[in-house]
Amino acid sequence: MPYIPHTDEDRREMLATIGVGSIDDLFADIPDNLRLKTQLNIPSALDEYRLYGHLFDLAHKNSSAANTVCFLGAGIYDRYIPATVGAVISRGEFLTSYTPYQPELSQGYLQAIYEFQSMVAALYGMEVANASMYDGATAMAEAALMASTINNRKKVVVSQSVHPNYRAVLHTYCWSVGLNVEEISAPDGTTENYSKVDADTACVIVQNPNFFGSLEDLERAREAARTTNALFIVVADPIACALLKPPGEYGADIVVGEGQSLGIPMGMGGPLLGLFTCKSEHVRRIPGRIVGKTVDHDGRTGYVMTLRTREQDIRREKATSNICTNEALMGLAALVYMTAMGKNGMKRVAETTVRNSRYAMAKLADTGCKIKFGGKVFGEFVLETPIDATVVQVKLMQKGILAGLPLGPFYPALQNCLLVAVTETRTREQIDDYAVKLKEVLS
Amino acid sequence: MRRPKSVPVPELIFKKSRPGRVGCNLPVADTPEVDLQAELGELRDDLPLPEVAELDLLRHFTHLSHLNYGIETGFYPLGSCTMKYNPKINEKTASLTGFTHLHPMQPVSSMAGAVELLLGLQDILKELTGFNEITLQPVAGAHGEMTCLMMVKAYHESRGEGASRKTVLVPDSAHGTNPASAVRCGYDVKSIPTNAEGLTDLQTLENFLDSSIAAIMLTNPSTLALFEKNIHEICDMAHRVGAQVFCDGANMNAMVGVTRPGDHGFDCMHLNLHKTFSTPHGGGGPGCGAIGIKSHLEPFLPYPVITRKDGMPFKDYNRPQSIGKVSSFYGQFLMAVRAYTYLLAFGKEGVAQIARHAVLNANYVQARLKDWIPPAHDRFCMHECVLTAAKFKKQGIRALDISKRLIDYGFHPPTNYFPLIVPEALMIEPTETECKETLDAFCDALIAISKEAEENPDLLHQAPASQVVGRLDETAAVKQLDVNYYKS
Repeated sequence: MPYIPHTDEDRREMLATIGVGSIDDLFADIPDNLRLKTQLNIPSALDEYRLYGHLFDLAHKNSSAANTVCFLGAGIYDRYIPATVGAVISRGEFLTSYTPYQPELSQGYLQAIYEFQSMVAALYGMEVANASMYDGATAMAEAALMASTINNRKKVVVSQSVHPNYRAVLHTYCWSVGLNVEEISAPDGTTENYSKVDADTACVIVQNPNFFGSLEDLERAREAARTTNALFIVVADPIACALLKPPGEYGADIVVGEGQSLGIPMGMGGPLLGLFTCKSEHVRRIPGRIVGKTVDHDGRTGYVMTLRTREQDIRREKATSNICTNEALMGLAALVYMTAMGKNGMKRVAETTVRNSRYAMAKLADTGCKIKFGGKVFGEFVLETPIDATVVQVKLMQKGILAGLPLGPFYPALQNCLLVAVTETRTREQIDDYAVKLKEVLS
Repeated sequence: MRRPKSVPVPELIFKKSRPGRVGCNLPVADTPEVDLQAELGELRDDLPLPEVAELDLLRHFTHLSHLNYGIETGFYPLGSCTMKYNPKINEKTASLTGFTHLHPMQPVSSMAGAVELLLGLQDILKELTGFNEITLQPVAGAHGEMTCLMMVKAYHESRGEGASRKTVLVPDSAHGTNPASAVRCGYDVKSIPTNAEGLTDLQTLENFLDSSIAAIMLTNPSTLALFEKNIHEICDMAHRVGAQVFCDGANMNAMVGVTRPGDHGFDCMHLNLHKTFSTPHGGGGPGCGAIGIKSHLEPFLPYPVITRKDGMPFKDYNRPQSIGKVSSFYGQFLMAVRAYTYLLAFGKEGVAQIARHAVLNANYVQARLKDWIPPAHDRFCMHECVLTAAKFKKQGIRALDISKRLIDYGFHPPTNYFPLIVPEALMIEPTETECKETLDAFCDALIAISKEAEENPDLLHQAPASQVVGRLDETAAVKQLDVNYYKS
């Protein structure tokens, strides 16, 4: 049997020590009518060679960014992952450990999480980061719930330029605890009208760059929140933050985001990495784990999980969140990525993204399509095509190009629009080829 | 295994930074330069990230890894966490580019292999659990609990009972996530006491049950590692007052191929794929919190439901009664790849051996230790054993001291002080992947420590003495809060 080391002799000796005749005897507490009597109807076992072959075949039934050219983004990006990331996170001491409940045996991970928190906070221009959330969408929903507990208000205002999936998760979480969500429109690509923000509003949520890739006016969003003392929450792309003035410097109270761009494969959208930061005055309300620096009895520096009385295993129904397992390994990947890239590499990735996307905007607009929204964008933009964007997407897929995301299913007014992302991994040649093939498809 | 105290803790990565160094062969753009200020508006002044050469980066993290303990380092009997071997083949299959390079929003027709895998895994999990439907969208155990309770809430609302059913019952032995998840769904929580046998008391439960109860959250086997032998009756009692019964699946490793929670009468359950089906815990995540439900909860599944239509992969968004979305995309796909790989290595011929050997190992440890550290309940346990170290209190020794001393013997400690209702609890979950010699060495260590507790309790109070740090001052960590290098 794979992975189970027992020999017949082991089993005999162990059963003798326990004082029973068979393993079945140990299950005596399970009523007979609940015991399975026959083999389950699942596939037969495969040896390791055939097992790998089977999974290899399944993997090869997919088209992916490995065998197409990916211009699809929408919150998940085809970015380069330095080789060092995989080398570090596959080390068994990290990969096969659990939550560092025993700090003396976990100083390596705890220090890494402390470094991760410091870098994430720095990137967002914030004071405090936690050890990670599940993903960008749940981080945003948790931020809204946290805001509500801070000011005891029941209404959440979110811009429609925030990722549709994030808003969907926000609606689910808020329905569940009895908060109201109101959406404000962004008809021309950025948030326009904050008039729904009122004295009942717990928080105002915008995304920057937003779902369309456009840069929001964060000063204005902050002022809208400030006038009613609502909390100001920003969902921010960590790569864009390498160049842009970070949300913290605009006075954001909570900044969250998706960390997938920081060294994590797209992986059909999981596992991802939720980034969560806030002002230090709110640290006792933060969901999830936080690592802090301290000393042992001999004065040696060490790291521990801290502010533990917020967490579910101690506070149970009074916890700040139900989160237990987080995305520690993805946080480690992001830490290695940010270290590998460093100050200059992060800027280079962001700058290359801007250059490539500007080149693509010019090339693709030259095919009979147009750039839908004016205003500034980071690395992603909305391309209006003369025909239904879903048709464009399907036809380009047949030519080996993941053209982008048709926006019709999310925004009915944008039926002819594709959301196109151009990361640092795209080349001039690939962009030229996209433009040529787009022209073919449209002709 | 033991490390001398003299191994220094590495400096923080920030201290190793030198301007101009870079840890990666950086991307080179071949598109025209742009004026960033003109394109983006206000730029940041400084980006305070470290600048470290690639080799120094690797040495830093290799050094940190040496200060960490995983299953591959040694025995990790952390109760309730199922720290079993994570087979390397699972890592290899999850690294196939046809999986890692899949974009979640690409057309579903272009992901036929992924959909086949997800549906195949769901079918296996349905058969193992006895539930009618599985969704793989929850991303962690607690997230799966919450998703189940949201579906329960939507179910009650659909029957016009949303406003009247406000309370969720949780045993006093439950994981902390259970009451926390219930609160996340807007419920009040009432705690049910466990009886002297370590089980749910039917008469006590009867007194709690009425039409205000939305759900009961039960762990089976319980966190005392005992099977709720009256589980069918408990579910019937709950159903008689219209309540739903949720199974916390943290202890599924005791049941795989032996008994099915769906047959026990539960309406829904969560599974921790990272426990039972051996996806690596990664230092506390990613998890993977699949859930199973009976047919009456099917309309409330989170959308989109990944399925097939006319034989073709299909994402079904037309789910008017759905609770909505619960995570960014479709759950932890690459974890599902690992769990699927793991399950096919056992197949129908072998899958029951998982639970059988997990239970054998736990009972062996309990039997070997019972004269030294007795079990909280003196009967056969399931996949873990819960011991009580209360007898050492007269020497001033607590469960934590025993655990810390185990570190000096080269083992990861068991779970301490949980379940909360067992005084000085030591919760030991060996899992099926440990051989007899390892269990013997662990038991020998605990027996030696029991003797030390009588003869030289200071050894325990001062433990661990083998690591780079001793016990850390958690109070100071809170009082002089330092969670960010740049603000310290």
